[in-house]
Amino acid sequence: MARIAVQAAPFDLAAESAALVAGRTDLGGIASFVGVCRADDGVAALVLEHYPGMTERALAGIAAEAARRWPLAGCTIIHRVGRMAPGDPIVLVLTASAHRAAALEACAFLMDWLKTRAPFWKREELADGSERWVEARHEDEAATARW
Amino acid sequence: MKVLYFAWVRQKVGLAEEVVQPPAEVRDVAGLVAWLSARSPGHAAAFAHPGQVRAAVNQEFAGADAAVAGQDEVAFFPPVTGG
Repeated sequence: MARIAVQAAPFDLAAESAALVAGRTDLGGIASFVGVCRADDGVAALVLEHYPGMTERALAGIAAEAARRWPLAGCTIIHRVGRMAPGDPIVLVLTASAHRAAALEACAFLMDWLKTRAPFWKREELADGSERWVEARHEDEAATARW
Repeated sequence: MKVLYFAWVRQKVGLAEEVVQPPAEVRDVAGLVAWLSARSPGHAAAFAHPGQVRAAVNQEFAGADAAVAGQDEVAFFPPVTGG
């Protein structure tokens, strides 16, 4: 049911949303989240790496868990990898359901779980040429635990 | 056994992956970490603080006591930071 993609290329929110609706008359809504590269103090670019194979498995597992918890009609997770500049979209999560509560809650759940349970790592390149790995945040663990 | 390294663990080890044949007494992730740490100064640096390194066995997250053997694919990496 879920569409899972890990790719370097940008994604098209409108096209992905239309694909979820195509041919259906039972949907009440689609919730969406687009994660964007943020320019935290001096960050010139973000480089995302992942664990090919495990990443797709992990994302499919997270999507399956969402489908167990909410009555979803469709779900899309697209995560970009490679170098991104501030303002570039990084991740897209779409959830479709007959009713908005399921779509909105499942979308938030997917983002929270994705942040702590999918094997991606961010490296920040700073304007002065130095670089640093982004450290995991306790807030993200807490957000995952709330579900 | 195939061992993969990601993010700063890869940088410290100096390798993205390697094929290793640990002795029979290496039975779990913790044992593999101890054995790998003796392979080079880079390995030792990567595993200097085991609490900062996470593992996966055959592409599933795994704890220090998870079993490893033979043809397993074992990966080591920092806590994930996607999204």
